[in-house]
Amino acid sequence: MHDLTDLTIDTALIKLKNKEISPVELVRAYIEKAKAGQHYNAYVYFDEEQAIKKAEEAENHYANGTNRQLEGIPLGIKDLFCTKDMQTTACSRILGKFVPPYESTVTQKLLDEGAIFLGKLNMDEFAMGGSNETSCFGPVINPWSKNIPLVAGGSSGGSAAAVAAKMCAAATGTDTGGSIREPSAFCGVTGIKPTYGRCSRYGIIAFASSLDQAGPICKDVTDCAILLNNMAGYDLKDSTSSQKDVPDFRSFIGQDIKGLKVGIPAEYRPDGLNSEVALYWDKAAEMLKSAGAEIVPIHLPHTKYALPTYYVIAPAEASSNLARYDGVRYGVRVDGNGLDELYINTRTAGFGAEVKRRILIGTYVLSAGYYDAYYLKAQKVRRLIKNDFDSAFSKCDIILTPTSPIEPFAIGDKKMLENPINMYLNDVFTVSVNLAGLPAMSLPIGLSSNGLPLGMQLIGRAFDEGTIFKVAYQLEQCANFVRM
Amino acid sequence: MAEYIIETPKGKWEVICGLEIHCQIISKSKIFSDASTEFGDDANENVSFVDAGMPGMLPTLNAECVHQAIKTGFGLNATINKYSEFSRKNYFYADLPQGYQITQFQYPIVGEGFIDIDLEDGSSKRIRIERMHIEQDAGKSIHDLDPHKSFIDLNRAGVGLMEIVTKPDFRNPAEAGAFLRKLRSIVRYLGTCDGNMDEGAMRCDVNVSVRPYGSNELRTRCEMKNVNSVKFVMQAIESEARRHIEVYENGGEILQETRQFDPQTGSTKPLRKKEFAQDYRYFPEPDLPPLILSDEFINKIKEEMIELPDEKKARFINVLGLTPYDAAVICENKEVADFFEKAAEGHDAKKVANWLMGDFFAMLNRKNLSIANSPVTPENLGKLVELISKEVISGKIAKEVFEIMADTAEDPEDIVEKKGLKQVTDTSAIEAVIDTVLTANPDNVASYKAGKTALIGWFVGQVMKQSQGKANPEKVNKLLKEKLDNNLS
Amino acid sequence: MAIDNETVRKVAFLSRLCVEQDKLEDTQKEFNKILAWVEELNEVNTDNVKPLVSVNDEALSLRQDNVISGQMSDAILKNAPAKEFGYFVVPKVVE
Repeated sequence: MHDLTDLTIDTALIKLKNKEISPVELVRAYIEKAKAGQHYNAYVYFDEEQAIKKAEEAENHYANGTNRQLEGIPLGIKDLFCTKDMQTTACSRILGKFVPPYESTVTQKLLDEGAIFLGKLNMDEFAMGGSNETSCFGPVINPWSKNIPLVAGGSSGGSAAAVAAKMCAAATGTDTGGSIREPSAFCGVTGIKPTYGRCSRYGIIAFASSLDQAGPICKDVTDCAILLNNMAGYDLKDSTSSQKDVPDFRSFIGQDIKGLKVGIPAEYRPDGLNSEVALYWDKAAEMLKSAGAEIVPIHLPHTKYALPTYYVIAPAEASSNLARYDGVRYGVRVDGNGLDELYINTRTAGFGAEVKRRILIGTYVLSAGYYDAYYLKAQKVRRLIKNDFDSAFSKCDIILTPTSPIEPFAIGDKKMLENPINMYLNDVFTVSVNLAGLPAMSLPIGLSSNGLPLGMQLIGRAFDEGTIFKVAYQLEQCANFVRM
Repeated sequence: MAEYIIETPKGKWEVICGLEIHCQIISKSKIFSDASTEFGDDANENVSFVDAGMPGMLPTLNAECVHQAIKTGFGLNATINKYSEFSRKNYFYADLPQGYQITQFQYPIVGEGFIDIDLEDGSSKRIRIERMHIEQDAGKSIHDLDPHKSFIDLNRAGVGLMEIVTKPDFRNPAEAGAFLRKLRSIVRYLGTCDGNMDEGAMRCDVNVSVRPYGSNELRTRCEMKNVNSVKFVMQAIESEARRHIEVYENGGEILQETRQFDPQTGSTKPLRKKEFAQDYRYFPEPDLPPLILSDEFINKIKEEMIELPDEKKARFINVLGLTPYDAAVICENKEVADFFEKAAEGHDAKKVANWLMGDFFAMLNRKNLSIANSPVTPENLGKLVELISKEVISGKIAKEVFEIMADTAEDPEDIVEKKGLKQVTDTSAIEAVIDTVLTANPDNVASYKAGKTALIGWFVGQVMKQSQGKANPEKVNKLLKEKLDNNLS
Repeated sequence: MAIDNETVRKVAFLSRLCVEQDKLEDTQKEFNKILAWVEELNEVNTDNVKPLVSVNDEALSLRQDNVISGQMSDAILKNAPAKEFGYFVVPKVVE
């Protein structure tokens, strides 16, 4: 093999164990790629020295047989995860050069299994955005871009781009309304948002607490299973993390899907749906059918209301979650005459436009006189959306939809910038899943006529990521997508 | 209790008052974090990353705080809600690190209840409790260290609080005072809050409105925040009520506002107003799923409940025969009640109560001691009362013995023995002293016989003096009378 | 529910954000656009629907009352923009 960065984690681990390759070689290969791909702007913090030191330690572990599950695997970490002694900013000016004195549970679990962190990955500011253009470090450029720079998707744009361009073996992401799945689709990589509660949120900078969930973005389905195995699990420090047993996700890879019922929701075929996306959707269904699954039409009648619901609940929670960025205990401070002025100056200078927009909307929908009309109403519709899925899953085992209604668009796209709602509409297929707390994966299905990757989404029952892995692997085999 | 009416030349007014009391929960760690609740440590040492509102930090609920809240709920004779929810109360303040307080809003852990308060005229009144919820305390801002800066210490941030809200049932300051003392007594009995208002472990917000006497209307109320002693609460009610009356009688209107009670002036003043009204934007705390309590969990705590002041008081009256007043005084403080029960065991409870509330408390006051440090143990106080009951010593000698006990912590029996203070009850011995006294004072004997019977007291005194106080005074009295009257006939 | 400039100013203050005088109009327009879109929710009949507070149906688990964190003011204050004598420092707060 000429290029070690072509290896999946699954293969790399075998080669490492067999001492065909060394962790230092592997890490150096990814460091080289990361340096060569600097123009993608995927990393906002890179720590070569530390990574090589860790790789040397990993080498010892392999030498003396104490190697762990992910020993020597170089990962990129979304900048939303607090990493001890490693700068963490959520790609917001307001956090300045914040260095957490603690480690998030998910990253701690990865470290405990011997993973190596190359650095922190770009993202939309506080994970608010669908194109990675709201980052204070500037947008991530989609490695699939042809003539003009395209967006990598968001909010985990840096994660998806870094995996696509082989600047890390895999990356962590977070998904509040599609932030793992949409960039995965745009960058031709595979990402899963597990069931709400599957991974601990402790140490992950909160955007919308009832929707946020961590997950891996990887080269393929198998790597997602390997990584999720090492990220999931109950955590005493997160009261919303689930105590349910975590199965070995890897064990679902390669399992037969004969007789499995795949639901196709009629409501996911809106008028403006990109025809190529629609075509690939049909193709994907055909592929699963040929693999032995049964295709069943289903209905998710409240789909239309998922986005408005999301854009009440997520900003509401965000407005409260982001109140702590006040220039008092950490981050930047812009002084003022008195405390209120300090708050206002700090927050006005520290937050970007999209974050401010959502804080204002969130504050408004929670304020006296409007709570019932907006927030309470949204919570009620949220239940109806969840009920839709509950009844759909009485007819099918898994749901197949496109991940995004469109292909990656240009950075600075006028239509997206002039009206925030146009940007919000890109999440139309992904947000319902967060509202209902369900697991869903995006995997690449093929290229558009423009040569850009398109993704398919598989939605499972709560805590049934297993079926997703089963079906996704089969679909991956059929699609035979060629990575970058 | 007599009606409390504020009368002015223009009319009669009635006061309506409700209280909101914040009680710091006794627990080792904070309500949503694993940092210590210890008071008085160096700044920011009892702070976890959660308390400091660091990015990505999440609350976890302390089981002990839930336990303490349920216990207190039982103490308030209240319903315990099996379903409760946490909410966020959003506002910016320097000592509120998260930018919101985690509290309970729509679904508190404890529902309606009541406390019966004892009033000075011996009557009692039931004060209804609206609800009690649990929440986190804020940190402390220190404003007086620098003319231009405030300093923030987060040691208190996240300490558990129980907020008890009463119905507007108070009609005068005395009732509010009695309520606070009773509440303090209950939480101290239960060990759920130490009740010290001066240290801020118990803080009181006071809501006051007035209405023309006899009317049923509810007028605009004002809230006084953080009034920190029972006395100040009573003063705040009075002065705020008088302010309302003055405004109304001059044709003005009362604005609903938050005010501050100034102990220096004994009056209230409005807090500085912001440009926009406060809007807390309560919503369910998404980091904590609803709290669901099982019957089993609640019942277990119910079984662990100890006897509360009211039950104890009733028992002391009905079983031990104390007067309601004595029982109430003794039961206000659990340590006193426990001391009393130990002292009274096997002895005359009423006498023990008298001693406890008289000489014993006076001694503690004089020596500036708490009951826990008393040199007189409950056993020894009991023994002393027993020595009087069995007429081994007289009440007068007992006072002397008690003083020695207070100084040396000795057993009263030993003192009596050592000092030879045993009462002389032997008739012939007393008679001998009487004879000596009568023989030595023929003039007074003659006066007595001439009808100046009041001299009997003088004779008793002389006999007691000669017997160095050891003669049984009752016997002396009886024998003296016999002798003098016999001689009469 | 269309909102006016005064509401924008109020919401901005509650959020401790400054919307410049010359941006009030634009912000208000954008606000109203988003709110009008969100108000599509009013088409949904939600009578007798319980609001969904938590997708997690597992009961809240309680933590044992043990002191674990503390005595680390250095770490707590490490990132503070202003600190003195072990305290966070802010401009004087006038009550």
